[in-house]
Amino acid sequence: MKEKKYVVKKDLDSHLLWKGEGPPQAQLDIELTERCNNTCIHCSINMPANDSNTRSRELDTEEWKNILRQAGDLGIMTVRFTGGEPLLRHDFPELYLFARRLGLTVLLFTNARLITPQIADLLADIPPLEDIEISVYGMKKESYEAVTGVTGSYAEFRNGIQSLLDRKIPFVVKGALLPPNKNETGEFNAWAATIPWMENSPPLCSMFFELRGRRDSAARNSMISRLRVSPDEAMVILTKHPESYRREMAEFFDRFASPSNDRLFTCGIGPACVDAYGALQPCLALRHPDLTYDLKKGTLQEALTSVFPRLREMRAANQLYLERCARCFLKAMCDQCPAKSWSEHGTLDTPVEYFCKIAHAQALFLGLVKKGEQAWKVQDREERINNLKRRITA
Amino acid sequence: MTKSIRMDMVFAHSNDVVAREIDGMLIIVPLTAGVGDMEDDLFSLNETGTAIWNMLDNKKTMKEIIAGLKKEYKAGPGEITRDAIGIVEELLKRRMLVAATST
Repeated sequence: MKEKKYVVKKDLDSHLLWKGEGPPQAQLDIELTERCNNTCIHCSINMPANDSNTRSRELDTEEWKNILRQAGDLGIMTVRFTGGEPLLRHDFPELYLFARRLGLTVLLFTNARLITPQIADLLADIPPLEDIEISVYGMKKESYEAVTGVTGSYAEFRNGIQSLLDRKIPFVVKGALLPPNKNETGEFNAWAATIPWMENSPPLCSMFFELRGRRDSAARNSMISRLRVSPDEAMVILTKHPESYRREMAEFFDRFASPSNDRLFTCGIGPACVDAYGALQPCLALRHPDLTYDLKKGTLQEALTSVFPRLREMRAANQLYLERCARCFLKAMCDQCPAKSWSEHGTLDTPVEYFCKIAHAQALFLGLVKKGEQAWKVQDREERINNLKRRITA
Repeated sequence: MTKSIRMDMVFAHSNDVVAREIDGMLIIVPLTAGVGDMEDDLFSLNETGTAIWNMLDNKKTMKEIIAGLKKEYKAGPGEITRDAIGIVEELLKRRMLVAATST
């Protein structure tokens, strides 16, 4: 006779979990600080670690607890602690414990440099219930510190990793493809494969870097732009396994090949992100001041249930966007979005040429556009997508 | 195992878990290490389980809990007793519940 099970394991990624509508969102992003102990050449958000002006503007411990409490009351299941480097906050252990005692799971984004034995003990005793995500900038001291700009940072990163491994605390790693480390990809992938929680998946590696979300430095933006891979370089990397790439993209286009028309937020918006000063942003990347909600004056519930849903109805007005992006069948694979438009141009609806070129390079490889052809002018997109699918199955 | 649960026993929710009611569903979130089989396990209880969980208040005995359930649910007395004991056993095994004092 089968034993009766009373306690059931739950997969919180399942959309079928809740009986009713469920919480307004499953995850809330929390940017504890914009300060970072690294000064990475490609970073879109870091402020100096000891910047007293920035620190003085950050929410204090009680203000963060108030927001966490509201998140718990709304049924949010996960908070992502990110930054900057979230472990720079001296009250990180207190906030982490507070979140976990509310029954929230915690996704920690960190460079691991400040994972001391004490922090690792805390994470071992009270597990975050989400794999920690660690950014890796190089496999050697020289390359790593050429990216981070901080002497001694590589040794601290390695110590942090070892503290997690010693205690069997689950974590995954992700990289950033940059000139100082571009010859270490094989070594990085091989090392990542030894990490038990990577599950034999190659690590994600960013290469299409975002510009500064605060639009605070033209010089930094210029540097970030120069660090991005070119469309040709991107295609070499993306099509390392050409058949599986074609297959994945054919499946993708089978589902997402319709132009978005003038609707701006094709992503659906979210998860919302509380910045270090209490402003709720539609997502981690979108810092347009007109779209944020001040949590010092209002509630998370009002923002998530009344204010942000209205953003989904926003329409593009820029004629160039309407002529191109709104009609483009590559829109779903293109990184163009209001956040990218904001960081590049200071508007929500200006086409970003770099992402347009990357999308077209992919489409050219897949045979969806001809050389020099503009995807928004293509009339027979369905036939071209069917041709791609036929080539895969042939 | 069943024999270890006596009708005069009292149980309380463990400090190793946090129980949350979200959208009418009871979710039990491990707080300390080793509660789930995997590090990212969360749990929920069925309707009967939730009713029993809410009665496990560090005050009521098993006998009182079963008597309360019999008033509320249409089921044979044997079935209700088996369910109550089964749930308590499973919660104890998973460290979601602790035995308190006997009356």
